[in-house]
Amino acid sequence: MPGKLKAKIVAGRHLPVMDRASDLTDAFVEVKFGNTTFKTDVYPKSLNPQWNSEWFKFEVDDEDLQDEPLQITVLDHDTYSANDAIGKVYIDIDPLLSSEAATVISGWFPIYDTIHGIRGEINVLVKVELFNDLNRFRQSSCGVKFFCTTSIPRCYRAVMVHGFVEELVVNEDPEYQWIDRIRTPRASNEARQRLISLMSGELQRKIGLKVLEMGGNAVVGYLQCFDLEGESGLVVRAIGTACTLDKLSNTYTPATAINPCNSSPSKDIKDSPQAVPSALGCRSTHSSPVHSASSRLSQGFSVSVPTLLFAGMKHRHRSSDGPRARQCRAGFGEEAPGVPLSSGPPTPLRAQTFSSFSPSKSYSRQSSSSDTELSLTPKTARICLSPSSPTLQSKSSPIPTTKALRSTTPPPLHVSQSDTAMLRKSVSFSEDLLLAASGMGSGGSAGKEAGPLKALLRQQTQTALEQREFPFFTLTSFPPGFLLHVGGVVSARSVKLLDRIHNPDEPETRDAWWEEIRQEIKSHAKALGCHAVVGYSESTSICEEVCILSASGTAAILSSRFMQDSALDTEHRLSRQQASVFTSGAEKGEGDMGSTASLGFEDLMSPGCAFCHIPYDELNMPFPAQLTYCHCCRRYKVPDVLFTTIDLPTEANVTGKGCLIQARLCRTKKKAQGEGNATAISNLLPFLEYELHTQLMNKLKLRSMNALFGLRIQISVGENMLLGLASATGVYLTALPSPGGIQIAGKTPSDITYEQHISNMQKKINDTIAKNKELYEINPPDLVEEVIGSPIPEPRQRSRLFRSHSESSDEVSELDLSHGKKDAFVLEIDDTDAVEDIHSLLTDAPTPPGFYSCNTEIMPGIYNWTSALQMFTSVRVFRLSNVNLTNQGLNKVFNDLCENLLKSLYFKLRSMVPCCLCHVNFTVAVPEDELIQVAVTAVAMSFDKDQTQENGRQSIDKNLMKAITENEDQLQFPLELSAESSSNPLNSAKGLSEVSGPLPSARAPSVDYSSFTDRCSSWIEQLRLKAHTIRCGSIKTMSSLEKASPLPEGRSRSLRSNRSYAGSSVTVVKMTPLSFIPGTKIIKYLGIINMFFIRETTSLREEGGVSGFLHSFIAEVFAMVRAHVAALGGNAVVSYNMKECVFMENPNKNQAQCLINVSGDAVIFVRESELEATPPQPHSASAQTSSSGEGT
Amino acid sequence: MSMELDVFVGNTTIIDEEVYQLWLDGHSVSDAVRMRLESDALSECEASGEVLHSDTMDQYRTFQMCERLLHCPSKLANQLLFQIPAHRQAMLIERYYEFDHTFAREVLGKKLSKGTKKDLDDISLKTGVALKSCRRQFDNFKRVFKVVEELKGPLVENVQHHFLLSDSLARDYAAVVFFANSRFETGKRKLQYLSFQDFAFCAGQLISYWTVGAVDNMMEDMDVDLEKEFLHDLKDLKVLVNDKDMLDQHKSLVCYQLKGKIKAFSEMEANFKNLSRALINIASKLTNTKDVRDLFIDLVEKFIEPCRSDKWTVGDLTLFLTHYTSTAHTLEMFRFQILWERYMGVIKSCILKMYHD
Repeated sequence: MPGKLKAKIVAGRHLPVMDRASDLTDAFVEVKFGNTTFKTDVYPKSLNPQWNSEWFKFEVDDEDLQDEPLQITVLDHDTYSANDAIGKVYIDIDPLLSSEAATVISGWFPIYDTIHGIRGEINVLVKVELFNDLNRFRQSSCGVKFFCTTSIPRCYRAVMVHGFVEELVVNEDPEYQWIDRIRTPRASNEARQRLISLMSGELQRKIGLKVLEMGGNAVVGYLQCFDLEGESGLVVRAIGTACTLDKLSNTYTPATAINPCNSSPSKDIKDSPQAVPSALGCRSTHSSPVHSASSRLSQGFSVSVPTLLFAGMKHRHRSSDGPRARQCRAGFGEEAPGVPLSSGPPTPLRAQTFSSFSPSKSYSRQSSSSDTELSLTPKTARICLSPSSPTLQSKSSPIPTTKALRSTTPPPLHVSQSDTAMLRKSVSFSEDLLLAASGMGSGGSAGKEAGPLKALLRQQTQTALEQREFPFFTLTSFPPGFLLHVGGVVSARSVKLLDRIHNPDEPETRDAWWEEIRQEIKSHAKALGCHAVVGYSESTSICEEVCILSASGTAAILSSRFMQDSALDTEHRLSRQQASVFTSGAEKGEGDMGSTASLGFEDLMSPGCAFCHIPYDELNMPFPAQLTYCHCCRRYKVPDVLFTTIDLPTEANVTGKGCLIQARLCRTKKKAQGEGNATAISNLLPFLEYELHTQLMNKLKLRSMNALFGLRIQISVGENMLLGLASATGVYLTALPSPGGIQIAGKTPSDITYEQHISNMQKKINDTIAKNKELYEINPPDLVEEVIGSPIPEPRQRSRLFRSHSESSDEVSELDLSHGKKDAFVLEIDDTDAVEDIHSLLTDAPTPPGFYSCNTEIMPGIYNWTSALQMFTSVRVFRLSNVNLTNQGLNKVFNDLCENLLKSLYFKLRSMVPCCLCHVNFTVAVPEDELIQVAVTAVAMSFDKDQTQENGRQSIDKNLMKAITENEDQLQFPLELSAESSSNPLNSAKGLSEVSGPLPSARAPSVDYSSFTDRCSSWIEQLRLKAHTIRCGSIKTMSSLEKASPLPEGRSRSLRSNRSYAGSSVTVVKMTPLSFIPGTKIIKYLGIINMFFIRETTSLREEGGVSGFLHSFIAEVFAMVRAHVAALGGNAVVSYNMKECVFMENPNKNQAQCLINVSGDAVIFVRESELEATPPQPHSASAQTSSSGEGT
Repeated sequence: MSMELDVFVGNTTIIDEEVYQLWLDGHSVSDAVRMRLESDALSECEASGEVLHSDTMDQYRTFQMCERLLHCPSKLANQLLFQIPAHRQAMLIERYYEFDHTFAREVLGKKLSKGTKKDLDDISLKTGVALKSCRRQFDNFKRVFKVVEELKGPLVENVQHHFLLSDSLARDYAAVVFFANSRFETGKRKLQYLSFQDFAFCAGQLISYWTVGAVDNMMEDMDVDLEKEFLHDLKDLKVLVNDKDMLDQHKSLVCYQLKGKIKAFSEMEANFKNLSRALINIASKLTNTKDVRDLFIDLVEKFIEPCRSDKWTVGDLTLFLTHYTSTAHTLEMFRFQILWERYMGVIKSCILKMYHD
């Protein structure tokens, strides 16, 4: 009985009229937790009842506390008939279970009804008294913190990153139960909402248990998804990264440490001189054939389809996967032909930390997580490696150690040898890229950079990671020094036929499916010479009984720094030390990158480019790529193009700005059933993926960029079509070579008009490239193309190429491989398809002036964000009335849909210019036969156009903010001001001289005035100046009002008084899909927000049609999220994500239904300026923001 | 092929003031899109009709959803559905309650009932204000009227407090409420030349000086009705015209003061008794509700028109009324100084406001 939950119902307001006769309501409240229900008294005849109830106490298990939501139902009392429900509030009390999160939930919650929407509000107080339970067999995991944020949360420090955690729970969907036929829609919806709430609670608890078992205390990058499988059930699954986090005690860390705009390469990158080459790639497959995976998988259908880029490791069985992968790992041990340790010996401390290394507990994955297995934790393996020699001592020797041993003394087996045998038709898809690899390296330089130390370090991490079944990380950005090299994108898809889940307690089939895909991903990563996958995510698309499972991530090599096993005391201490080194390093700020490149040892960790260096062996390139020496350090090889799913590392050297790049594709499919359908889909998938990739490449080239970050490929299946949407942020990485142009070649050179046409097109493309270069400010320093190695592939490579070509020749003829056999960036116009392609390439409308967009957290090249931000969700559904559309037609429709949507967004947000749409997240779906649904969630953030020096800028801003907050009472709209005025009253002469330059000309008179005054008295003058600008600001915002009706002076005064009278009651809650809010510091994480809502209507027309219905529903969801955050004491949601938006309509019946699932982290933030002035206080913080409001 | 559904929802509700005005003015979506396309302001955005249509639809939906809240403006501040910065809320409310003076002029003094609402299409035709907008404005009048009708305390403050309006707008509403409550006659042909502002000014004068709240400033007092006692006492002023001596003395005093100062002196001298009688008669009749309603028409017919036909200038009128009022104090037999002052103060400013073409 380890927990006591207490709830108090205070009051209600704005209740709906339930009694038509009196126009009033007799409301009372039922409070339910588990099976216990309490009731308040009836508060008669009021729309604003004051119940002020006693404390209702529930004595419950902490397991239930984690699983169950508190359910509050508001009802209208009826003497003669049944009581009518007004609506409900579900409160997730999980945030109260962690000592570091919220302590009380108190506030106004919207009363929600699935049929009527929000109907009034209720004020509730909830507390939990938790007793410590030390029972080691407990099944609860209270206290494990969950974060949706895919980076280390801002006020924490990563002590250890344990790795991948996953879990799924299944159940029958109440909507499809027999009882649904006699239930009201409301009852069904509520049953569903409640069940999903329960399931996600259970899921979270189980994941928490796994984390505790691994020795962690938090899950970062927690991604929970629902699969509405219809008849076959409901799956709730989650993945995340288990970590041990330490709260930063000092909340006064310099602003630079938390400002994401300040890239902060930590000095302790020097601790890890493992800079190794790395490279490009994008690699994907669709599930391997596991027909025999399980007997229950009788209907299970899986297809294997060729990869896009890399042919190796295709048709393989999981069983054979493990050992061989380890062998190829071994190849890296070899690559060190004994270059002396010229790179400076590590300090003793470092040597020690590196040498005494032990892999984490070989954590055994419990697929269906029967909790009784907890006691069966495997023994810990402990391996010691000495820095000088790769000998290995095992202190205790359970099985994992032998594995590790094998990996350090490898049989020199070549990957390619085994791979070539595996080559099948899949090669055909990679052909163009294979051919593009004309500059395949000679390998002469391979040994140069590989020192024994490096190899050793790598082995350590490898072993650490290899202990794990899945060395996956859901993180997309990392503590400095953690991410060493990036290989490229790895992805896998699998088409499955859904069958009924018979036993909800054993979700084995679903578990097996995911395991299969993860294995696939893991093997791809290995083929790329990487031992880990970062930026990992999973998704599904379901249509009827067919389900596409997808997983993708970025193959990478990680530093072992955050991965040692905390179970060992000494190491633990050491790693702690290291961690503190890391944080102090992070505080150091930027500035030293790049400059060190010329020195021998130093350049090994030139942080701006190290992650681009290829991680795989140049001789055994997993896929063809054109390698050059890194343009930053000139020492290591880099690929010509790099695709990743992660955020741009803060230390990356980027030239110019980035932009959102999307590839969109639509393919018709014949309607089919069951296996036939699955086959059809899986046959289409590779084409889809190939074309998406080609589009991405072309668009990237067109923008003269060479890398993609945050790549997300979504494939949605409908009854008669497949949609593919790839979004990423293109950038120009300074380290990578400049991309060549795009050349167009025609097939029929004899025709002169045709030639003319082609050359016109070529001209257009060249113009576009030039324009884009200007637009994105891409003017890299002198670029001398030096392709390393012979332009002709080595014999071995060539033979491989040749063979693959011949093997796949039949397929080639079937496919549209117009880009094949040429340089990758020659577009050949041989049919209308290609013409269309090029057209679509050119018709991508450029973003309007003042706008930038990206789907990563921040835009490279923009530093001076203001705090004005606007998060939004936009949904569009397009009906294709013409059923017999061709692929081309479909493509155009889909492309226009996305383009128009973007155009609309730019128009909507025009008042925020200059601004950047960050984290633009598109979701596509095919809800019905002829419907295409696109949903976008993103945040628009304004920035200062003046490209003042970042640092100077910041101090100015900071002072300005301080000034503003100190003079708050004079201000009506501090926000607008902070963006406009750059005067700085607190800094004296020096500040003034800095400031007077970039002031906008609009205020020039006043500026001149102050700058002419005696510097000594400038302080006073500046105050005056500020007062002036403040007045300017307020007048400006009022001006439009004034224009409409000239009003006397007294008016604005009275308005203001009104505002203070009325505006105080609702806290302003900011929402953003990013992990931070510019200009602020997050001082506390209050817990995860994970909400699921259903809304249904039987009076669609009356509610303004489908648009009106969805508009109000989304607004309601926002309102409920904000209310929950405010009740936790927070003032913002970060990492907000709308994961699901399922919309169904039946206009003939005047009905519609929509399901929305959102998540995020509730936080308290304070403005950086306040932080310096006063100690952070949550309440003052919220008051502050409520007064400042959000920019528009 | 068609866009089935198209929504945009921001965490902070985006409000385009221009579109809001179009919506308030009762334009349909397609009209609004056309007008926006034609306006220069958006030409720099290169917005296509499609984009504008989508945006306009979206804004209109938002406004429709907000409308419910705007009916009770204090709700807008503590509702949770839309996150709107305080200054935008103030703008939304202010604009929603703003009204066309031409429209208000038509409704002024009429009963705010369903009957009047039925006539709105005529008013719409006459004033050129869209019917939709007329309905909104009429409903606003009715809503404000209903709320403040029974409330105690100063009328303007009540309006301001409950509807969070600016001072000037609250005053206008007070005028509308006051006129609707007392049902002043404003529709006669002879009154057509008067604008809403003229009446609103007069209403302000009446509220400030002739209601119960005007004298003893007690918060419990009602501000909507004229003070009965005061109206009753006005009968006492009859002495000024009934007493022949007093009337003559009054006339000679006024003439003495105005001699050489006004152009229409001779006309004034000739008409003094009629004018004075007109003003005093109006005062003495105000006990009767019917005559209260006719206050403005009486003022025009009995006083303003004679002056106008004699071509008095505004300056003449001002001087005359000033001295007409002040000289009464010097009359030995006249004992109703305070009453006189209270009556003439309002009458003087009303007449001056109303004295134009």
